[in-house]
Amino acid sequence: MELKRVVVTGLGAVTPIGNDVKTSWQNAIDGVSGAGPITQFDASKFKTQFACEVKDFDPGKYFDRKELRKADRYTQLAVAASEESIADAGLDFEKVNQDRVGVIVSAGIGGIKTFEEEVANYFTHIELGPKFNPFFIPKMISDIASGLISMRHGLRGPNFGTVSACASSTHSAISAFDIIRLGKADVMIAGGAEAAIAISGVGGFNALTALSTRNDSPETASRPFSASRDGFVMGEGAACLVLEELEHALARGAKIYAEIVGGGMSADAYHLTASHPEGLGAKLVMRNALQDANMDPSEIDYINVHGTSTPVGDPSEIKAIKEVFGDHAYNMNISSTKSMTGHLLGAAGAVEAIFSTLAVQNDIVPPTINFTEGDEDPEIDYKLNLTFNKAQKREVRAALSNTFGFGGHNACVIVKKFKK
Amino acid sequence: MSDVASRVKAIIVDKLGVEETEVTNTASFTNDLGADSLDTVELIMEFEKEFGISIPDDQAEKISTVGDAVSYIEANAK
Repeated sequence: MELKRVVVTGLGAVTPIGNDVKTSWQNAIDGVSGAGPITQFDASKFKTQFACEVKDFDPGKYFDRKELRKADRYTQLAVAASEESIADAGLDFEKVNQDRVGVIVSAGIGGIKTFEEEVANYFTHIELGPKFNPFFIPKMISDIASGLISMRHGLRGPNFGTVSACASSTHSAISAFDIIRLGKADVMIAGGAEAAIAISGVGGFNALTALSTRNDSPETASRPFSASRDGFVMGEGAACLVLEELEHALARGAKIYAEIVGGGMSADAYHLTASHPEGLGAKLVMRNALQDANMDPSEIDYINVHGTSTPVGDPSEIKAIKEVFGDHAYNMNISSTKSMTGHLLGAAGAVEAIFSTLAVQNDIVPPTINFTEGDEDPEIDYKLNLTFNKAQKREVRAALSNTFGFGGHNACVIVKKFKK
Repeated sequence: MSDVASRVKAIIVDKLGVEETEVTNTASFTNDLGADSLDTVELIMEFEKEFGISIPDDQAEKISTVGDAVSYIEANAK
């Protein structure tokens, strides 16, 4: 059976550096940080008191009051991103077969704020006996964004979420890509959403010593590949890509951003939270993606790394890149856009797939911000082009986007310039 | 309007996203105010929290209008 080709025809995003794709991309190119003090709860007693929050988000644009109460913030963000992507793709659901349009919009965690509120409510009203809101479970579960998006538009194709912590929405994209190339759907809305800037989210990651505690300088705290990096900065938001079977896209005259040509998946099989020090799973996932795309490493011009700014994670990914790409590693651009957006956990993969797509379309690579001369880590090879501090114009024939999740899940997609 | 009635109506307006003028004594949650079965369960729970009472399931099933809720709470609230 001949596999079908899959192209990107629509993008949508709500990120800490912009409430739509255009603004987020412009700020990524301009090197703007989305970090600031936490406003969503009183973090004054927490080790980490800052995060990359989405600013001035108005869910009332997408929900009436009654429906809004039934959607966790992560779902609200997911719906906003999906609506932008659908509008951007110019999809008119009266003209396409909705049985063949699916949704995979995933979260690594899901409705953690809802969980907190409901458990707190149980203890507040304990004298009444166990009282839980009937919308507690459907609001909290991490598949509900996909479900809700399908209900809004009558999309009856494949529908579920993929759960792999910080790799979740790269798995969304790969699953959607596979579904389309196998002929099981014509259009898939693929993406991720997360809203875990909550007491338990920040407290839990603090307990793991995973977060930066640079409270005196939030904007410079996410500094991947700098020796002084001290953990990731939590982000929130959502992003969706409309993936479409090529002939379907051409037949309706859709604009085409780029082509998805390969997806790789692997596991470290090593540790609950730490990535393998030699980047074992990371090497494997990039090789799997290149093989899936039937591409030589020399055809990749840009890697959007997982690069979360943690002491252990960054050098192991660099080691893996050097092994997989050999001498070509020095010809590529490498950057971590998490230096600006923070780490959007389950939404990270989708945001970074969008940045990779736009890098390929526009021949420009967004930077890794917050590097200062003299802050070199002996574990990292600075002869590589880590795209420090300023965006770089260059031809980007193809880009590879890495994401790695707690549990040792690795996922990687390759986006290539579209040629008929 | 009694104190109970105004508090009950405020909860209904908030949870069901309806106009205050629609929330009449005879209005049915499901037939007139657009509630589904889960919305109704949520309303009962909100009444319990607001008035510090526990409404047994067999009693909750009989509360289907705004007036039913007000009467039950007036009779049972401490």
